[in-house]
Amino acid sequence: AMNFEWPWQYNFPPFFTLQPNVDTRQKQLAAWCSLVLSYCRHHKLYTLDVMEAQESPVFNNKKIERILISNKHVCYVCLCLLTAGNLEWLDKNKSRCLVMWRRPEEWGKLIYQWVSKNGMVNSVFTLYELSNGDDTESEEFHGLEEWMLLRSLQALQSDGKAEVFTMDDGKGVKFF
Amino acid sequence: MDRFSWSNGLLEINETLVIQQRGVRLYDGDEKECCMSMPLSQIIFFEEQAAGIGKSAKIVIHLHPSPANKEPGPLQNSKYSYIKLSFKEHGQIEFYRRLTEEMTQRRWENTPVSQPISSGTGSQSGRTRAVGIVGIERKIEEKRKETDKNISEAFEDLSKLMVKAKEMVELSRSIATKIKDKQGDITEDETIRFKSYLLSMGIANPVTRETHGSGTHYHMQLAKQLGDMLQAPLEERGGMMALTEVYCLVNRARGMEVKLTFLTLITMTCLSLRVSCLLCRLRVFDSGVMVVQLQSHSEEEMIASALDSVSEKGSLTAEELAKLLGLSVLLSKERLLLAEKMGHLCRDDSVEGLRFYINVF
Repeated sequence: AMNFEWPWQYNFPPFFTLQPNVDTRQKQLAAWCSLVLSYCRHHKLYTLDVMEAQESPVFNNKKIERILISNKHVCYVCLCLLTAGNLEWLDKNKSRCLVMWRRPEEWGKLIYQWVSKNGMVNSVFTLYELSNGDDTESEEFHGLEEWMLLRSLQALQSDGKAEVFTMDDGKGVKFF
Repeated sequence: MDRFSWSNGLLEINETLVIQQRGVRLYDGDEKECCMSMPLSQIIFFEEQAAGIGKSAKIVIHLHPSPANKEPGPLQNSKYSYIKLSFKEHGQIEFYRRLTEEMTQRRWENTPVSQPISSGTGSQSGRTRAVGIVGIERKIEEKRKETDKNISEAFEDLSKLMVKAKEMVELSRSIATKIKDKQGDITEDETIRFKSYLLSMGIANPVTRETHGSGTHYHMQLAKQLGDMLQAPLEERGGMMALTEVYCLVNRARGMEVKLTFLTLITMTCLSLRVSCLLCRLRVFDSGVMVVQLQSHSEEEMIASALDSVSEKGSLTAEELAKLLGLSVLLSKERLLLAEKMGHLCRDDSVEGLRFYINVF
């Protein structure tokens, strides 16, 4: 994988201070959301632990010695992501969340495209086959975590393009 | 010679005076001279004392207290801090001249003093060590005197105030009595005095019939005075001064007059600004800081100069800007905050402090 390219804001000290000016703050938070999403996409990360955020280079730039302070400012970023539909809290305490740098609908679309391109409509797959099968190795959704895969398929299901069902040892899906 | 001991010259109980004779020289054995000595550094200063009737001219020498480990001498304790030298035969003039020379040159300060120290403690000369102790004691005493003096001075203002207050109380009591008992007329002089007391306390005069809206003639005068006083300082500081700075300036200038209370000052400033000549306004920042600002003072210029400085240096703290522009830290901070509010600057708040950058978001 290529080296992750940090955006210019990452090396700008004020980026790590929540700006009191509302207009400035909006731009700042938009940049943060974009950074979090692209970093997670690059490293294929799907969850974020708020308490440990400071350990991640995303929120902790050792070179300029600036940290986005947890519990407060990181939560602001999470709130923005939540509003944009890219985040989901895993717990009531809001300490862990799912980062959806690609939303379930978007994944669903990708998967369906692959299915129809390969003429596999009406076929049945296990979830495991889809995310970890040899056939899907070159696909972007390869390695997709199960909870996300499931959501994506459920999105397709609402569209009438798939149906998810439970089997003895897991879940499966049929595409229409 | 060491058999002798000094005495105060008075007769003990079992003694009687047998004979007294002046001008007898004493020899120690066959030694004609015996010597007493004292280092020149003991001398604080000396002066000539003119001769009088029956009194010879003398040189009076004022001395530092003797060091603790001085070698034994003629007298253990003396209540005097000076000695007098009386020259029975001539020589006073020459002596005085040489002594002046020596006291000017102070050669002993350049050469290390080697004094025999009987107990052999320490490598410093005994004299220096002892002077140290004495010096410290003297410093303590001086400090105590200074503190006393400062306290007295501080209370001087207060006691002047108390005197005025007392006068005022007496006067108001007398006026109140006159009103109550309908006795005698309140004189014009009393009225004026009373008014001025009240006004200098910042109280609007309830006695007067002419209360024009916000103030009397005295208020107007005070307001104008304030305006005049502030013109130059305001211009010097780029058209803006914190109200606290104004308070200090004004009250310092008032010297012994009763100081203006802060509330009075604010009222006067507002008044002054309406009345004036000065064309400025009282302005309150979001942070609560109050300033007096010249109307001619340009907000844009103020912001522009702050922005120029920040972009030149990359980033600035309030202290750094204050130093650059020659402002108080308080006011330079307000400038930065204002520029931030307008979206021109953004902040970096870290353990290193609060810095402002040009807003490039």
